[in-house]
Amino acid sequence: MLLGDSAKMPLRKEYTANLEKLKVDVQKMGELAKDSARNAITALVQRDRVLATRIIKENVTIDDLEFDIEKRCMKLIALQQPMAVDLRTIGTCMKIITDFDRISDLAGDIAEIVVRIADDPHVKPLIDIPRMSEISQGMLSDCLEAFSTGEIKMLEDFSERDNEIDALFDQVRRELLTLTIEKPRFIANASHLNFVALHLERIGDHACNIASRIIYMVTGKRRKLE
Amino acid sequence: MSKIEARGLNVYYEKGTVHALKEVNLEIESNKITALIGPSGCGKTTFLRTLNRMNEVNDVMTKGKVFIDGVEIYNGGVDVIQLRKKVGMVFQQPNPFPMSIYDNVAYGPRVHGTQNKKLDTIVEESLKKAALWDEVHDRLDENALKFSGGQQQRLCISRALAVNPEIILFDEPCSALDPISTSKVEDLLRELKKDYTIVIVTHNMQQAARVSDFTAFFLLGEMIECGKTTQIFEKPKDKRTEDYVTGRFG
Ligand SMILES: Nc1ncnc2c1ncn2[C@@H]1O[C@H](COP(=O)(O)OP(=O)(O)OP(=O)(O)O)[C@@H](O)[C@H]1O
Ligand SMILES: [Mg+2]
Repeated sequence: MLLGDSAKMPLRKEYTANLEKLKVDVQKMGELAKDSARNAITALVQRDRVLATRIIKENVTIDDLEFDIEKRCMKLIALQQPMAVDLRTIGTCMKIITDFDRISDLAGDIAEIVVRIADDPHVKPLIDIPRMSEISQGMLSDCLEAFSTGEIKMLEDFSERDNEIDALFDQVRRELLTLTIEKPRFIANASHLNFVALHLERIGDHACNIASRIIYMVTGKRRKLE
Repeated sequence: MSKIEARGLNVYYEKGTVHALKEVNLEIESNKITALIGPSGCGKTTFLRTLNRMNEVNDVMTKGKVFIDGVEIYNGGVDVIQLRKKVGMVFQQPNPFPMSIYDNVAYGPRVHGTQNKKLDTIVEESLKKAALWDEVHDRLDENALKFSGGQQQRLCISRALAVNPEIILFDEPCSALDPISTSKVEDLLRELKKDYTIVIVTHNMQQAARVSDFTAFFLLGEMIECGKTTQIFEKPKDKRTEDYVTGRFG
């Protein structure tokens, strides 16, 4: 291979195209997982059993996408021997699809709760839970944008945002506890809501994992966000 | 102090018309493996050959300084024979002499005046260090050309070791070898760095990533970037290095 004008020609066309396609599909999987999480809370607030059932069904699509992406990552590593930014990208894809998958599972768990409690009014007005969801949705949006643009500034304050979610989770828990002490017949509903809040707290943690992988993909430096 | 240091090194071929190395600055650490990578014609072999003054032939002009253990080797006072004893070289194509295994390994020590009675030990030790002894110890008087490519390459490594060098330069030592022989040579390199400073030119990026501690990337006669191998392959600083290690130019 001689360096001359030929050096200006893009090499490894198919490989580059496959990498691009991989990123597009990871992005797509991320959007789906994020939408599931958002819809699960909408379904909860509106006690919408139909929407909840749809979320549970869609989980399968996300699982399939995860397997497909993982297979393609392995293939690229085995056949193309990626280096530098390519290797970091593929490594990041392999890791964050697990987080996306967990997020969609958690959304599915919330949806199952909705299916069970949709007939009864909530024991309290839902304020903190939608707020938790809003914050985690913001984090996931920023992750997806950073993943596609390589711009990571908006991931800097993830620890603070995660702390905010944790604080809201504490608040919800305390409130539900007080409520059930006063009115023991609310125990079943309250414990369901408690789980919803716990799942949202976990989604925030997954967003932090995703953000640290994306920071690694872009900068080559490993940084733990939590 | 680094074992080798090149400062402002320039090499010209063809009466100065081909500028093969341009102001190269590079430090090479003792007891480490440093890999030189870069596209064909970028000056890797040229650089390697400056380190033991193998470029000193007609039509080749070298400017700048190379220090080995702090001593400037292009200084008039340096004895080239001693320099090449200290800085051994192994080439791309195994090039054993058409003589027995024993004589191949004993060749260098004999030239340097080693007494015959010490030769047996030197031959055995050198072959052992190059992980070849077990395969050839009962065939020492057979012609080296009868052996396989991988065995011949390890013989050439034994031959380089026999004169007790401190630095060994490898110019694509595995390009003619199958994967098994290649992995033997790679194991050997890791073993050898305990006692030697190693510089290896390789076109195989994965090989550089597997065996070396440091990697220097050359392009069009310039040394573009040098750093820890993990850094060069995980997060190179220069865009040109990244384009090269990811397999894309331009
Ligand atoms: N003896 C020579 N006479 C003239 N030009 C030479 C000579 N040796 C090398 N060159 C030129 O110097 C430049 C660097 O060559 P060199 O052999 O150092 O490259 P390299 O990086 O080792 O390449 P490869 O990976 O193909 O071995 C090239 O442009 C080459 O054509
Ligand atoms: Mg060469």
